[in-house]
Amino acid sequence: MLWNTLLLAMRAIRRNLMRSFLTILGVVIGVAAVITMVTLGNGATRSVSAQIASMGSNLLMVRPGQRFGPGSEAAPNFKLADVEAVRSQIGAAVAVAPVVSSAVTAVNQSRNWSTVVTGSSNDYFSAGNWELTAGRSFSESEERAGKAVCVIGNTVRDKLFGQQSAVGAEIRIKQFACEVIGQLKSKGQSAMGSDQDDIVVMPLRTVQRRLSGSQDVNMIMVSAGSGASIDSIKAELERLLRERRKIGDNEEDNFRVMDTRQIAETLTGTTRILTMLLGAVAAVSLLVGGIGIMNIMLVSVTERTREIGIRLAIGALEREVLLQFLIEAVVLSSLGGVIGIALAAAASVVLSGVMNIAYVFDPSINLISFLFSAAIGVVFGYFPARRAAQLDPIEALRHE
Amino acid sequence: MTAASPLIRLAGITRTYGAGAAAFQALNGIDLEIDEGEFVAVMGPSGSGKSTVMNILGCLDSPTAGSYTFQGAHVESMTRDQRALLRRHFLGFVFQGFNLLSRTTALENVELPLIYRGEPATSRHAAARAALQQVGLAGWEDHAPNELSGGQQQRVAIARAIVTDPKVLLADEPTGNLDTHNSCEIMELISGLNRDRGITVLMVTHEPDMAAYARRVVRFKDGRVDSDHRQEERA
Repeated sequence: MLWNTLLLAMRAIRRNLMRSFLTILGVVIGVAAVITMVTLGNGATRSVSAQIASMGSNLLMVRPGQRFGPGSEAAPNFKLADVEAVRSQIGAAVAVAPVVSSAVTAVNQSRNWSTVVTGSSNDYFSAGNWELTAGRSFSESEERAGKAVCVIGNTVRDKLFGQQSAVGAEIRIKQFACEVIGQLKSKGQSAMGSDQDDIVVMPLRTVQRRLSGSQDVNMIMVSAGSGASIDSIKAELERLLRERRKIGDNEEDNFRVMDTRQIAETLTGTTRILTMLLGAVAAVSLLVGGIGIMNIMLVSVTERTREIGIRLAIGALEREVLLQFLIEAVVLSSLGGVIGIALAAAASVVLSGVMNIAYVFDPSINLISFLFSAAIGVVFGYFPARRAAQLDPIEALRHE
Repeated sequence: MTAASPLIRLAGITRTYGAGAAAFQALNGIDLEIDEGEFVAVMGPSGSGKSTVMNILGCLDSPTAGSYTFQGAHVESMTRDQRALLRRHFLGFVFQGFNLLSRTTALENVELPLIYRGEPATSRHAAARAALQQVGLAGWEDHAPNELSGGQQQRVAIARAIVTDPKVLLADEPTGNLDTHNSCEIMELISGLNRDRGITVLMVTHEPDMAAYARRVVRFKDGRVDSDHRQEERA
């Protein structure tokens, strides 16, 4: 009986190619949309987490000023003495690096490139998880004397030297020549979307003397050891800096301490909301696909009811008719589901490549969306048929 | 079953559509006996209940009251599945509107009852081809209903009805949608099946020309049997 019913179901699918195609299409669109959206969302979350990890782990960044935006008073910058105080008084800090930034144009012969020079110390490399691919970091005498030496990021090397090694060469920055002593390993995009490799690092004193022209420090980076508690270091930092900046008990801080965990939480929170949003949009496509299937099935109910009447009249049992319709619905829905999954995999791989995010295969969303669409196909293929098969054959035949 | 008992016996059959004040009594107590091998034409004006009795005989519809005995078995107390099996093994149908599956070839339409019977593919194909040949449609096996004329479609329907070698052929106005020429050919075919293969034929018609092919004419009026007489088959 099963074999014969399978034969009948296949014949019915072949007879109604357009209807079968549209049913499959409905399932395909629903499944493909949901899987693609969720996969891309997961990929974005994964990429953001990876970018945050590349910023350096357990990192605290101290900047002057209260908050972003207009209306905030100009707060005094830090001095090198503040950095030294943090280094000596906060025992749990593994690396403490001052940061002074200055926008410049770097020139190598006929090529030039607008970038940002960061003045700091060797601690900057350990705090920011930077690795050298060639050359060396600063020597103690270079840092103390403020020599014109620099370590450059991958983008800067690329723009000024092409594929060649830059170590030992000189680049011109404003009025002085600067020897390239090291190259940094590429880190790629930051979580905010900027290029982390577009960087030139010089000793702090070099930048203060030749570029910024002041003793100010724009930011202090503090790297906590992996075992240390970020919260306690943060509290210590705040207490120390309030004291050094002579802030009264009732006054607010005129500096901010940000840690990477906070940034990570903010950003992953954002991408999670985006993933949910994408998922919701995709769920709508799934619903629309389902309504499409519903429409096709309901439009064909009259024809199918008459067909069921004919089958019953020539001696089919109710359960044989129902099994045939069930097989039809299952075959069409599963076929649509499989095509949808394949399409989603292809689209996800291509789009994640284009959008420069990770491709993360998620078996559960594949399974869930497949089952959901298949269920819609089966329910709307099967239940109208069930109603028709329960009629007296003559009523089914007369159905208008 | 004894030789004397009829193939079909209807006793006090009534059929009411709807309920309460709007109820309509289509059949008003029908008593009818049909023996094996008979060719019966059922006639009567519209609304006289002739099609209703045909549907009840074909187990497509259930009587409201009364008893229907087929080969001594009580059909009115059968389950849906039992009645389906009765249709499958003993009854063949020909409808006024043909009722073929659309977009399905003649051969597949004729094969359909055999698939439900579980016939293997080879004997199924052979039987379907033989049935199509018998109704004069050899060579038309691969044509879908919309590629066939009305007369040809009705022949496919007859082939589908007789492919299972039924005991009874039930035809509800089989020539109602056909012209005179095609009607005569269909009637020749049906009376040939009755004469040569001994298939009992029950046919509803309102055309006296068609009823003339039968050997017994039962006239219905207002849900009752009005007259019942035997006649010589037309030569």
